[in-house]
Amino acid sequence: MTNSELQVLVSSWMDDLEFIDEGVQYLTVTVPKENLRDLMFKLRDDSEAAFDYMFSLTAVDWGKNRGMVYHLESTKYRHIIVVHVNTEDETLDTISDIYPTAILNEREAYDLMGIKFTGHPDLRRLFLQDDWVGHPLRKDYVDEANMIVK
Amino acid sequence: MYDFSKMTGAIHDWLSSIMPDLGVIITEWVIIGLIFLAFFALLGLVLVYAERRIAGFFQFRLGPNRVGPFGMFQTVADTVKLLLKELVGTDRADKFLYNLAPFFLIIAALMAMAAIPYGLGLTAYNVNIGLFFMMAISSIGVIGILLAGWASNNKYSMIGALRSGAVIISYELSLGLSSVLAMILLAGTLNMNEIVMSQQAGWWLFRGHIPAIIAFIVFIITGTAETNRVPFDLTEAESELGAGFHAEYSGIKFAFFFLAEFVNMFIISAIAVTVFLGGWLPIHIPYWEGFNNIMDYIPGPIWFMIKTSGVIFLLMWFRWTFPRLRIDQILTLEWKYLLPISLINLILMAFIVMMGWVF
Amino acid sequence: MTTTEIDNKTGLVTQEYKINMGPQHPAAHGVLRLVLTLDGEIIEKVDPDLGYIHRGIEKMTERDTYKQIVHLTDRLDYLSSHINNEAVCLAVENALEIEVPDRVKVIRTIIAELTRLASHQLWWGVMGMDIGALTTFMYAFRDRELINDIMEETCGTRLTMNYNKPGGLMFDIHPNFQKRVKEFIKHFKVSLPEYNTLLSGNVIFKKRLQGIGYMSKEDAIAYGVSGPSARGSNISCDVRKIHPYSAYDRVDFNEILMEGGDSYDRYMVRMKEMEESMKIIEQLVDNIPEGDFETKTAAVLKLPKGEYYQKVESARGEFGVFIVSDGKKSPYRMKFRSPGFANLSILDKISRGHKIADLVAIMSSLDFVIPDIDR
Repeated sequence: MTNSELQVLVSSWMDDLEFIDEGVQYLTVTVPKENLRDLMFKLRDDSEAAFDYMFSLTAVDWGKNRGMVYHLESTKYRHIIVVHVNTEDETLDTISDIYPTAILNEREAYDLMGIKFTGHPDLRRLFLQDDWVGHPLRKDYVDEANMIVK
Repeated sequence: MYDFSKMTGAIHDWLSSIMPDLGVIITEWVIIGLIFLAFFALLGLVLVYAERRIAGFFQFRLGPNRVGPFGMFQTVADTVKLLLKELVGTDRADKFLYNLAPFFLIIAALMAMAAIPYGLGLTAYNVNIGLFFMMAISSIGVIGILLAGWASNNKYSMIGALRSGAVIISYELSLGLSSVLAMILLAGTLNMNEIVMSQQAGWWLFRGHIPAIIAFIVFIITGTAETNRVPFDLTEAESELGAGFHAEYSGIKFAFFFLAEFVNMFIISAIAVTVFLGGWLPIHIPYWEGFNNIMDYIPGPIWFMIKTSGVIFLLMWFRWTFPRLRIDQILTLEWKYLLPISLINLILMAFIVMMGWVF
Repeated sequence: MTTTEIDNKTGLVTQEYKINMGPQHPAAHGVLRLVLTLDGEIIEKVDPDLGYIHRGIEKMTERDTYKQIVHLTDRLDYLSSHINNEAVCLAVENALEIEVPDRVKVIRTIIAELTRLASHQLWWGVMGMDIGALTTFMYAFRDRELINDIMEETCGTRLTMNYNKPGGLMFDIHPNFQKRVKEFIKHFKVSLPEYNTLLSGNVIFKKRLQGIGYMSKEDAIAYGVSGPSARGSNISCDVRKIHPYSAYDRVDFNEILMEGGDSYDRYMVRMKEMEESMKIIEQLVDNIPEGDFETKTAAVLKLPKGEYYQKVESARGEFGVFIVSDGKKSPYRMKFRSPGFANLSILDKISRGHKIADLVAIMSSLDFVIPDIDR
């Protein structure tokens, strides 16, 4: 399916989706965080979309808010979609039951970016020690001893 | 063939002439003990060196070749290193059992060596139940392994020790019951020297028809398992358990375990040679009188060592070729295949002996 | 988590117990720590605890320029360092719309395939060692040494090659390169069957792997498994075929797929992939086009504002680079999608109910490189 067909399909499911046109490689959509799980279920289960393979989950600190960027691919049709979701209060719904690959990836995002995933079965720090203070990938993280800032 | 009992008899007579009977016995004990300790240590050094050179041969590399000619003193250097090392142990280990465990293995191995016939008249403990004695003594070693695993206060050691217990107790059956018992039927005696003498007409491996060959194969497989070597080395299982039951031992205590493994390999090979391959008897080929006469000039102990080295090489070949089995596969192999095979083999052998179909 | 059972008759208490496999463990291949919950020898749960060699490479990228970042990626999956470099370079080149010469594409592909061969050789040797066959390691290293020599001659380094830069290569290939690559291929065509005679057909080896760590097609996709591990479960996921990059669109090779989904199939996929890699190299090595080995680029590259993603097929699976740029000389956020991390996430699921020895076999068949997981 081409990007434009895909855009028509995805926008037919729900209203408040924003498509990003500039500076992107794949079809990119921003979804409000309340609708994240709905959209993911649709993306996975819809027979024409069939996005069964989530190959990348990235937590990004946008400055004013934080969010996740999900990269999805369909192993059947080989089309790719990128889903953005942002949060003001550092909580997001988990998608680890929809895409199990998110179990570890969401733990990583929690560990390094401090996004709390509600409903995650086992949200603990993954890389850092349990008593570590702060989340290193945030832009405002300061560690004068270990970080070399240019 | 030179009868070494003449030499030992002469020493005994000389000792009797200069001291009372009790003194003679104690002196002889001490001499034999020292000889065996020296032999034991030497054997360990040589076998470890051989293993490393053979491993090098199998793996396109040289093996130890720096210390001394052909690296022959490498193992001596290693021994010195092990002797000088600090003994490190776990904190809450059961200290008494922890220190006792290596001695179980080493003493069992040393005792078993006493009954091996190295040559005509060269047996420290020539007893009429020799083979039975060796089987019994060599099984004591597993207690040492279980103790080591339990007393180390380490879960990996514990798993390794329990695996070892399960394997050795199972394989003892095939080893003792089948293969050795079948050959005892053929030889008609348990005395190690008499078993050797009964093979003057030819090795039992060839004279015992197919059952003897089956018994030999089963013996080699179970013998490898008894000595915890690849493909049955799941007691140590380096890639799974680190070092298994001796993970918490260091320095000379570790060296004891290491030495015992190699000496056990020697003992198993010695039994195989004695029972199947004619012990210290020279190789004779029928109708080649000249050849046979020359072979007779080579002393028995040398023949014994040559044959034993051959079997040891076979065991080392296994080690550097095969992958490791899993615990349930090992037990399946024993209980479902080796044990039934060897029991049927025993019956076959009994039938052959009863009909007198031996060459 | 611990469940306790008390036998009514004897009063004996049996319970699950936990052991730490790693961070220092022979089968961890580095510093992977797995907390195992065991019932006797049977695995009830595998809980990976990571971070023992986490270096914060993603954070470091935010202060470095793009040309510097290329050298950081060597340290991710050090066995496919060239392929990681290539991914970053391709991402940057695509973003800036730099057209690299044909010669660069072909050389990159040859070296990437050599890297894949070296990685698979090392994996094969270690796989044998994990199963208990100690000799395989030396066989593998004998042949891997030849590839490392080629790398040393042409790239200057044996392991972390740093041969790529955005816009092309650091320098041209060594005059001996083609000759030595052909010599290596000739040699390896003889020694690859040796690998199979030594290990692949061994009864014990087969028994240890067949039916162990079964991964269904659906699970593998859902957990994001990629690379040879996924192709063992009959998932067509070869990035070289699906989203061709560099010179992969002009070579003829097969994507190896296996039906079974167990450890042995994952093993066989890699063994056959080595043949395919040799095929690719053979097609390209005589046809390296003449031309420049680089396109001149600015000293400091600035990517336009936007998001860029580049996926490549590393030796372990799909390696991805995700760049969020705000137009400055350093990326705003850079994420490395490492194949090992996704493959690790399925370990718990496929190893439950197996024994400790099987876990080692499964880990080997998934081919973890820990710096790749920890980043």
